[in-house]
Amino acid sequence: MSPTAHAPVGEHGLQEPHARTGPTSHVPVGTAKVVRALVRKELLVELRTLESVPGMALFAVTTFVVFHFALNQNTVSGQEAAGILWVTLLFAAMLGVNRLFVADADQGGFDGFLLAPVDRTALLFAKALALLCYLLVLELVAVPAFGLLLLGPPLGQALPGLLAPLALGDLGVAAIGTLVAALAVRTRARDLLGPLLALPLLVPIVIGCARASAPLLASAHPGGPALRWIATLALYDLVFGLIAYAVFDFLLED
Amino acid sequence: MRTPSLRALSISTVVAFCVSLSLVFFYAPIEAEEGFLQKIFYLHVPLAIVALCGFVIGGLFAIAHLRTGDQRWDLRSYVAIHMSLIFGVGVLLTGSIWARASWGHWWVWDEPTLVSFLIVFLLYATYQPLRFAIEDPERQGRYASVFAITAGAFVPLNFIAVRLSASYVHPRVLGATSNLPSSMALTFLVSLAAMALLFATLCSYELAAKRTRILLKVRSRTLGFR
Amino acid sequence: MADLEVHAEAPTGVAVESGPAVELDALRRNYGERAALAGVSLTLAGGRTLVVFGPNGAGKTTLLRVLATLLRPHAGRVRVLGEELPRDAWRTRGRIALLGHEPLLYRELSARENLRYHAQLHGVTPERVEERLRAVAMIERADEPVRTLSRGMVQRVAVARATLHDPELLLLDEPYANLDPAAIELVEPLIGVDSGRTRVLTSHDPLRGLAEADVVLGLRGGRVALLGGADSIDPDDVAGLYR
Repeated sequence: MSPTAHAPVGEHGLQEPHARTGPTSHVPVGTAKVVRALVRKELLVELRTLESVPGMALFAVTTFVVFHFALNQNTVSGQEAAGILWVTLLFAAMLGVNRLFVADADQGGFDGFLLAPVDRTALLFAKALALLCYLLVLELVAVPAFGLLLLGPPLGQALPGLLAPLALGDLGVAAIGTLVAALAVRTRARDLLGPLLALPLLVPIVIGCARASAPLLASAHPGGPALRWIATLALYDLVFGLIAYAVFDFLLED
Repeated sequence: MRTPSLRALSISTVVAFCVSLSLVFFYAPIEAEEGFLQKIFYLHVPLAIVALCGFVIGGLFAIAHLRTGDQRWDLRSYVAIHMSLIFGVGVLLTGSIWARASWGHWWVWDEPTLVSFLIVFLLYATYQPLRFAIEDPERQGRYASVFAITAGAFVPLNFIAVRLSASYVHPRVLGATSNLPSSMALTFLVSLAAMALLFATLCSYELAAKRTRILLKVRSRTLGFR
Repeated sequence: MADLEVHAEAPTGVAVESGPAVELDALRRNYGERAALAGVSLTLAGGRTLVVFGPNGAGKTTLLRVLATLLRPHAGRVRVLGEELPRDAWRTRGRIALLGHEPLLYRELSARENLRYHAQLHGVTPERVEERLRAVAMIERADEPVRTLSRGMVQRVAVARATLHDPELLLLDEPYANLDPAAIELVEPLIGVDSGRTRVLTSHDPLRGLAEADVVLGLRGGRVALLGGADSIDPDDVAGLYR
């Protein structure tokens, strides 16, 4: 939108509502642009405050250490390894989910967004994308840490096969996490309700990811991820993505 | 209130239960492997089926609530879920007794239906804390409906997921009724009908009680202003 | 309660929209069983100012939020800038602005970053952001996090945010709180009477409020206790609302 040379807009009152050009135009903004603006704002706030991602990563690494002592084992492999990895990632993700909408709820971000002439599901996409970014950074730290601290078989050979469950698991956590975060943030017990709501909903994801990863992390004959679990994960992600898309608006309107 | 239909429901529930209990104790055969305690199956499975249907129905009422904005749908949704949760406690208790009878342990992970029910129960146990944590009554209803829809969709998906992950070490007794001998099947169906009637009756009572309370509040408020 | 329409002569040089800017007909908004707003009816012509008085909890903020499309009316009709709420609320969003008690700014971001973000949501150019920062004299500290700014500066940035998209209707909740006289002078042309926009503002100051108002609304307990043209309302009537 380029500024035009005619009379300054707004200085002398009202004009035809929809015929404007110039620095302000009152035309609703396209959803892709809105999502971009929202994600940029999210990542900017996170970079400044570093509230979510460092905590999530640190929590994961510390949990691996705790597991070492709790299990009294130097290495784990197979299903056990898959379980420890996914449970740790899940609980670390909960920290991120808890903080996802807090800045908006506390600093009037909801109002600011709701007053804009934009499609409200853009907020769902943007927040889910941001959470996805946080999860990716978490995994960049946590998975190598796991390979270093606890995993018996070498991580390198398991890694390519792990990418699918990681990606699908992340998508599921992003969709469900965003929905649950939006649900929990404007309640009184927001830090408690978030995980309580999210964890049962994420059990199928844990099942899918842990079972898919188990053969990859086996010490004896490591195999590939069973396709049935990949399919389950993909289906679950799709269904809950659609549900989140359908109900999200109702969480915002008053 | 609509006393005639409440009375009719109550009477038919009592009748159905009398019939079903007599069938369970006097008609259905004692199962060879598991013995007398197996008869708790006629209590456990209908409870489970009715509770699960109740959760899903709660989700359907919630959809109606969000689409119409009519608070009465929210009330129905709340009552359905609340009642299903209570039935759910019964499911877990009877399931545990049955597990003890069948496999010697108070809890088994091998029965995928029981396991997925536990997960569903844990999810719905957050329904009331969620409602009570929201002060604005209108928002409370709306958020509760969003939850009910999400959780309602979760119920079947969760069952599929857990069933996929189950190990088939122990043979599953919860097969279709076609696998059961006709005497057991009949008893089961009658028990299921009785349980469904019980659910409907209790829900109707709770709805009537809540509606009365709301009416009283509205009336006293109007009188108070005079 | 009387419906009062005020169609005073518009000041010269101002283009007035056809049809009133705000039309309320028996507006009702509940909070549970309580009525936050009960049966509010009024009409406000374009370019005019409505000042809302009333004690705390009277429904002033609720009224502003309904007009801002943040709250849906539970009964009655609401028309803002010719559009029916809530059905066509999306058509009004780019044309109204709310300046409430909260500045709606992220504390960790700078004023410029906050305004750029809002600009992107409203389809406004970055040049306009700069112009607004200049207009509220915040160019110098535009890159510092909002949490380091004084309350008065934050309010000025909030005014910039509210007028960023050049709204036709301003909804102001005690806009001059936290502002010193110099700052008030600064923002007057943007959100004051001379801005030429339709305005609805809340006020606790009977004299000042009456001076600015074309139409006066007094709320008590969600109900209309006072409604009329500014010249027909006495400051004592306004003070009476608070007793």
